[in-house]
Amino acid sequence: MSEARKTFWDGVRAEIPLLIGVFPFGMIYGALALNARLSPLASQMMSSMVFAGSAQFITAKLVSDAAPALVIILTIAVVNLRHMLYSASLAPYLKNLSLKWKVLLSYLLTDEAYAPSILKYEETGITPFSHWFLLGAGFSLWSTWQVSTALGIFLGAAIPENWPLDFALPLTFIAMVVPALKNRPMIASAVSAGLVALLAYSLPFKLGLILAALTGIAVGTILEGKKSSRETL
Amino acid sequence: MNIWLIMLIGGLITFGMRFSLIFLFGKFEIPETMRKALHYVPPAVLSAIIFPELIYPSPSNQLDISLGNTRLLAGVVAILVAWYSKNTLLTILAGMIALLLLQLFIGT
Repeated sequence: MSEARKTFWDGVRAEIPLLIGVFPFGMIYGALALNARLSPLASQMMSSMVFAGSAQFITAKLVSDAAPALVIILTIAVVNLRHMLYSASLAPYLKNLSLKWKVLLSYLLTDEAYAPSILKYEETGITPFSHWFLLGAGFSLWSTWQVSTALGIFLGAAIPENWPLDFALPLTFIAMVVPALKNRPMIASAVSAGLVALLAYSLPFKLGLILAALTGIAVGTILEGKKSSRETL
Repeated sequence: MNIWLIMLIGGLITFGMRFSLIFLFGKFEIPETMRKALHYVPPAVLSAIIFPELIYPSPSNQLDISLGNTRLLAGVVAILVAWYSKNTLLTILAGMIALLLLQLFIGT
């Protein structure tokens, strides 16, 4: 087996535990998108056009709430801002690649592909084939996401309309947020965003969501800043 | 605007963010404050969705902080399960089952 192919499969293998976790999320997304009255084709295509779990969940919800397109797009942008961190973090390891490789690997750069890849890069540094690892991790996640979306759309069509399937959205987000609340700035960020979202609920165009998110981000950042400046005293 | 255009633009923006600093390596770096701020994007955005979903429950979307709000109660169950188990699937299952049971006993 060539070195490139071997490294690719190393990436796939490192991704497998994450794939098991991602599969049910893809199914829930597929079923929710259908539940939000997106067409099966649009629900499926969002998984390759946007290819970002939480953003897809939120887009489906906002579309079903008839939020204006501009607000939906703005929300997608805010939700996916964190990808700039991954981009910054991997950039030094990808600097020698051709533009084609950079484009391909950027497209595949999700939370789940980033996690094992950065560990690998920090361990081995740049090798002639190290980008194949990221390709293996990213591509296996991409394929799993497409298949699980399709299965979710297929099964979602069979779920009776009066089932509270839409509740899977806050539940999924609770499952993502709560374990991340490890310190006071994180908790303050989540709680302040939630409270502003409640207070601003009646704002038109779902603008309350963006206002709340920005508040939470600001609160967390300011509290963290204060904490570290106190520590340096 | 139709859903396809939203997905196209949303997809391009998402790709743009993933590509941004890989492309600009050596020319631009994220300022420290912004780097800090980006860590708070997921908890802030997701909480901004979660809270209204529990307090203004669908299908009515009316403010409801009574014990008759089954989604709020089921949400609290899910938060507790998430806190103690840190298991995503268990959290979703527990919340869903809690909601179905509560709806059965309290009614929607």
